[in-house]
Amino acid sequence: MKQKTNVLNKLGSFLFDNKVMIAFAIICLAAIVLSGSPMTFIVDGVFTRITRNTFTVLALIIPVVAGLGLNFGIVIGAIAAQIAVFTVVYFGFEGFSGILLTVLIATPLAVLFGYLVGKLFNRMKGAEMIAGLILGYFADGLYQLLFLVVIGGIIPVNNPTLIISGGVGVKNTIDLTGNLKYAIDSVRMVDIVTVFFYAVLAITVIKGILHLAKKYKLNRGDLTLFVVSALIFGISYIPAVERFLSTDRLVLLDAFTAVLIVLAIFQIFKIIKSIGDKEPASALKKPILLLVFYGALFGLTFIPAIEEVMLFVKLPVLPFLLIAGLAWFNQKILSTRLGQNMRTVGQSLSVASASGINADQTRVLAMIISTVLASWGQIIFLQNIGTFSTYGAHTQIAQFAIAALLVGGASVQKATNKQAIIGVILFHTLFIVAPQAGKELFNNAQIGEYFRVFVSYGVIALSLAMHAWKKFRKDSPDGTGEIAALSGVTAKEPADGG
Amino acid sequence: MDNQYLLSMSNITKEYYGNRVLKNVNLNVKPGEIHALVGENGAGKSTLMNILFGMPVIFSTGGFEGQIYLGGEPTTIDSPHTAMDRGIGMVHQEFMLIPEFTVTENIKLGREIGEHNALSKIFGPLLDKMNWKQMSSDARKALDSIGMMNIEEYAKVAGMPIGYKQFVEIAREIDKTGIKLLVFDEPTAVLTESEADRLLEIMRIIANKGIAIIFITHRLTEVMAVADSMTILRDGEFVARKEVGETSLAEMAELMIGRQVEKLVDDDLLGERKLFDDRIALEFKDYYVDMPGERVRGMDVKIRTGEIFGFGGLAGQGKIGIANGIMGLYDTEGEVIAFGKTLDLSKLGEALRNGLAFVSEDRRGVGLLLGESIERNIIFSAMQINDQFLRRIGPMKILDKANADKHAKNMIRLLDIRCTGPSQVVGSLSGGNQQKVCLARALTMVPKILIVSEPTRGIDIGAKKLVLEYLTKINRELGTTIVMISSELVELRSLCDRIAIVSEGKVFAIMKPDDPDAAYGLAMAGVREEVAS
Repeated sequence: MKQKTNVLNKLGSFLFDNKVMIAFAIICLAAIVLSGSPMTFIVDGVFTRITRNTFTVLALIIPVVAGLGLNFGIVIGAIAAQIAVFTVVYFGFEGFSGILLTVLIATPLAVLFGYLVGKLFNRMKGAEMIAGLILGYFADGLYQLLFLVVIGGIIPVNNPTLIISGGVGVKNTIDLTGNLKYAIDSVRMVDIVTVFFYAVLAITVIKGILHLAKKYKLNRGDLTLFVVSALIFGISYIPAVERFLSTDRLVLLDAFTAVLIVLAIFQIFKIIKSIGDKEPASALKKPILLLVFYGALFGLTFIPAIEEVMLFVKLPVLPFLLIAGLAWFNQKILSTRLGQNMRTVGQSLSVASASGINADQTRVLAMIISTVLASWGQIIFLQNIGTFSTYGAHTQIAQFAIAALLVGGASVQKATNKQAIIGVILFHTLFIVAPQAGKELFNNAQIGEYFRVFVSYGVIALSLAMHAWKKFRKDSPDGTGEIAALSGVTAKEPADGG
Repeated sequence: MDNQYLLSMSNITKEYYGNRVLKNVNLNVKPGEIHALVGENGAGKSTLMNILFGMPVIFSTGGFEGQIYLGGEPTTIDSPHTAMDRGIGMVHQEFMLIPEFTVTENIKLGREIGEHNALSKIFGPLLDKMNWKQMSSDARKALDSIGMMNIEEYAKVAGMPIGYKQFVEIAREIDKTGIKLLVFDEPTAVLTESEADRLLEIMRIIANKGIAIIFITHRLTEVMAVADSMTILRDGEFVARKEVGETSLAEMAELMIGRQVEKLVDDDLLGERKLFDDRIALEFKDYYVDMPGERVRGMDVKIRTGEIFGFGGLAGQGKIGIANGIMGLYDTEGEVIAFGKTLDLSKLGEALRNGLAFVSEDRRGVGLLLGESIERNIIFSAMQINDQFLRRIGPMKILDKANADKHAKNMIRLLDIRCTGPSQVVGSLSGGNQQKVCLARALTMVPKILIVSEPTRGIDIGAKKLVLEYLTKINRELGTTIVMISSELVELRSLCDRIAIVSEGKVFAIMKPDDPDAAYGLAMAGVREEVAS
């Protein structure tokens, strides 16, 4: 009996903790059913949007951890990217080298902007979110000034395809077809493997030099990485494999299978290791269960309906690798001293300062990282869309990225990679199906459009309200501090101490 | 300088805005001893410790005079960081812990052990990977060394008993290498009795390792139990350094309270009058107030009509909670009877409607509308509760400006509020004048019982005297019963008929103003046996 209530409690608290996500999943399912769109269309659309948007959403995680809340300031990172994109297009660079140049221009700009925003946020602690929101509008104004007046008006430019016919100001939309469109998406897998191998080679050589200089000790992990990458590089010369890798798109089914295989290898490795370490049998339970689970997932792909969808959808490879890389980066940076400092600063500024952590510097670093990542995210977004709406591409990215993160179950104080990815999937599923559902339901697609705008802002408002409510409750654990909170008395401070 | 002391702070003098809070104070601590630093609220203990830690608040207000010696060497400590480097640690009264972190994370806060890797070699130690294995074994060692085998180093701090949190803090200080001196700032204030005993034991363990301890406390019994020696401060002055073995509780108490020569209210103003034990203005029956930090836990008192009744006691013991409970600012239990009528304190404004008025200790937070004029502040309560100063026009009520203005001017003259006129904004007045505005508002209600909480906090001595005299005058001339809550015994003893000393949320003793100082000292410290003798 007791066991039962325990399970019920657990289930209850799971449902409560994930209420936003669950509610959204239900809305999504309902909208999918109502819209009557074919699954191939929906899944394809969702993956396209994951390609475009996930990177930006992942850029939001570090500021949340560092206590800066939801970073509405990513608009400024996007602006940095757009200045870079314009420059690159203007000077006629194209393809992947064009992208590299864009990154090269956007990154220092984003670092500078992130630094300034961080400095500003340090002066208005506790109001970062509203400051970021307003700062986004302010930056938008400056951006318009730059693109409408300065370019052509002060800096002479001569490019009739980019500039408004009077010679002053940039046109409303810039077509990226033929220069940057799909420049990241269309990188072939075989090239990725080659570059990866040479990068690992270079790193290993540097590490080897450091090793010889007795400044660093090569460890088993370094060597394993090198051997694995060399192995993959070698395999890529087998003709059949080479043919498979020489495309830039991966069928979802293949990607799914590959991910499952990697995960399975990882678990098998774990099992071997724990047997080697003579750990108790209970330690084996989880990996074996996971293996069975992966097998079951693979089995699902043989169901014709699912197989059809999975064969239809084709993924661009590099953006997904970049997203995975960013998720890995978020994970890694948080396990460093910097990450620990960020978590401490995020939990309590005063405790962090008392422990000798330079809170202001940590916060500025978090802002720089976030702004740079946001600018890269915007580059990925623009090259995938293929048309660059000069004055509109950046205006709503903060709202949509933040809404997506919140839908995934994140809060102002806590956000993880998992929440970001789940959030993107749910939020954009709704985006895709809402117009169709609106049309089916009310015979008017516009209502669906309204619905999704209403939902994105609604989710942000709800989450902020819940955050405030939770904080309020926390200040008054027994509910008596409410009056104190209202009247401005800090309950902690009954009288001045001796 | 004598080398036998680990720490010597000699002739320390400190002023805050021309107000001397420390005058030639000396503090000497030997290695491995537990040295108690005792004194009332406001005696200067915190300021002295702030100087020891080089807190920014000291240097932003003009620094201090005097010299600090560590191990016989003159030292300057200009930031908390320097203090840490010199081996001085502090166990804070408010925990410097992060609840969402584990015990290990908290113990290693800001001093995490990192592992170098290729990236951190190039970009600096910020990119070190954290070595959690080493850190948790260090944390375990620190916890074991203070005998806390049952705290798990991987548990989250959130949800731990308060005592455990305190022990985690101590473990953090112990874990710091080269710690020589540890300051405990009222560590037992928040602990249960058994936890406090455990803490004292741990202090002894630490001292036996050769680490000196400065133990700040109000509880004299704890000083007797654990300390080797002590320094007593009073009103920012050094009173004595004593070996605990050579003194007694009574002597300590007397030294702490001291002989107060000045009387804040003239005798002829006090005069003579009769009070009757059967005419009760206000009665508390098993009264509880759930005010965080100032909880009242079961109080029974009867206050006679026409009396000036004082509530004294140390901070955090519950005296502040009494009044806040009556005014309905915090949840209460038990009965409060005013002139025979039981008040329903769950209704906001109930006390005001029954002839009680309240001058809050939190002048700027609760007491005043800082952005409003003196006039509005004075009439506000009367307008809200009694519908005074209002004119009715049909269903609407409109402020009766002329009447309010007249009343405010009257009050300004009566209380001698120094201002440019009734329309001056209250926030721009001095502390003493703000307090007078608070009083004026309470008096506008024409209360039968006036409750004043810390009426002289933060105002200068001249204004203090005026406020106290005025309270006496109201009592004598209007027959208003006054309940005065104050941390300053001197002012309670200058005008109260009886003084209840509050300890741990209960009335510990009801005393007369002319009882000996030692008796007061002991009552404040909560020592019962000695009071009787």
